[in-house]
Amino acid sequence: MSSNPHASTIVAGSQTHYTRTAVGLHWLIAALIVVALVMGWTMTDMAVSPQKLKIYNWHKWVGITVLWLAALRILWRVTHRPPDMVTMPAWQRIAAHALHGVLYLLMLAQPISGWIYSNAAGFPIVYLRLIPLPNLVAKNPQLAETWQEIHETLGLVLVIVVVLHLLAALKHAFIDKDDTMRRILRWLP
Amino acid sequence: MKRATMKRAALLVLGCAALSLVLAEDAGIDLPHSKISATFKQESVPVEAPFKKFSGHIRYDASNPAGATASIDIETGSFDLGDPSYNAEIRKQAWFDSGSYPFASFRSTSAKAISPTRFEVTGSLYIKGRSLTVTVPVTIVAAGLSTAFDGTLPVSRKAFGIGDPSWNDVIEDQVNVRFHLVNASPSN
Ligand code: HEM
Repeated sequence: MSSNPHASTIVAGSQTHYTRTAVGLHWLIAALIVVALVMGWTMTDMAVSPQKLKIYNWHKWVGITVLWLAALRILWRVTHRPPDMVTMPAWQRIAAHALHGVLYLLMLAQPISGWIYSNAAGFPIVYLRLIPLPNLVAKNPQLAETWQEIHETLGLVLVIVVVLHLLAALKHAFIDKDDTMRRILRWLP
Repeated sequence: MKRATMKRAALLVLGCAALSLVLAEDAGIDLPHSKISATFKQESVPVEAPFKKFSGHIRYDASNPAGATASIDIETGSFDLGDPSYNAEIRKQAWFDSGSYPFASFRSTSAKAISPTRFEVTGSLYIKGRSLTVTVPVTIVAAGLSTAFDGTLPVSRKAFGIGDPSWNDVIEDQVNVRFHLVNASPSN
């Protein structure tokens, strides 16, 4: 692919980085996911208290923010061509695309599973105390148990996939010493 | 001798029949078909949870709505938030104090017709050792062979000392108690 003269023309042009919007969404969503994960793990082990309830609500709001930002990001991705990948073996390119696909799926599935769990447990979502979101399912304790497990398991899968993603990025930066990091960190020299 | 015994037996049967008639008329609330729940708001999120155990009587005669009476007892320890740790919390002293006050009750003192399907009941609401006079509009709904009485009673937690004040910025003061009470049909 990269030996294709047309491709190299594009790389030589403005297409060496993701757009500012794509870069902004990438890091904003990444930060919010870390916040949601940390809240998710700590709040479930807390004793009953007003603070526990508050953190549960903040967890849901951060998660719903991830959901709509991820939707926006996917919309941006399909309407804006990303820069071509740097030269690498085909298996690595395929693995990278697959990992990115799974990440997009999880960015949607993780918050949606939490939303369903919350509704099944009898808690509607009122986003930021302002916007009541529709109930995706009716209150149902058995369903709640199932979706609690799904939400918990997806959370673990998400962590594993994010760590793989991070390790791959670090490999490009420090072992391959290629331009992969610069595509998503525009302000790197 | 024999005749006297038979007479006594007959009286006993008659007495039992009369008693069972009274009991049937007074069958009380049909628990499996009735519902009492409380809806509270936490961080603007309305959460509804049921009281699993309650009992009582509603006497209502369409030809004399003003003569309607209601008497309800709710087991505070039967409030089910769907989570054991929250259920334990709500039974504590700061909340329902179910150990000292196992029941919350309503006793009507008067009733007033509003329309053929609506009437208003005034009475005393007893929760956690305090009593307050409340008036609640009740809607009459046909429920199979029987009659259902539906309504919502807003209750202030503060008025009855329910809840630790540290929760006040997370949980609103007003709680709406919703009821759907079905009289057991006398034929049962
Ligand atoms: C990026 C988005 C999200 C991430 C990464 C995330 C992650 C997590 C994690 C790791 C847990 C702990 C699981 C456990 O150990 O039981 C958790 C719990 C929970 N999450 Fe999320 N979550 C997200 C979005 C949401 C959303 C949008 C909602 C609801 C609208 C939600 C509702 C919940 C609830 C209610 C729990 C508590 C489960 C329990 O009580 O056991 N989450 N979340």
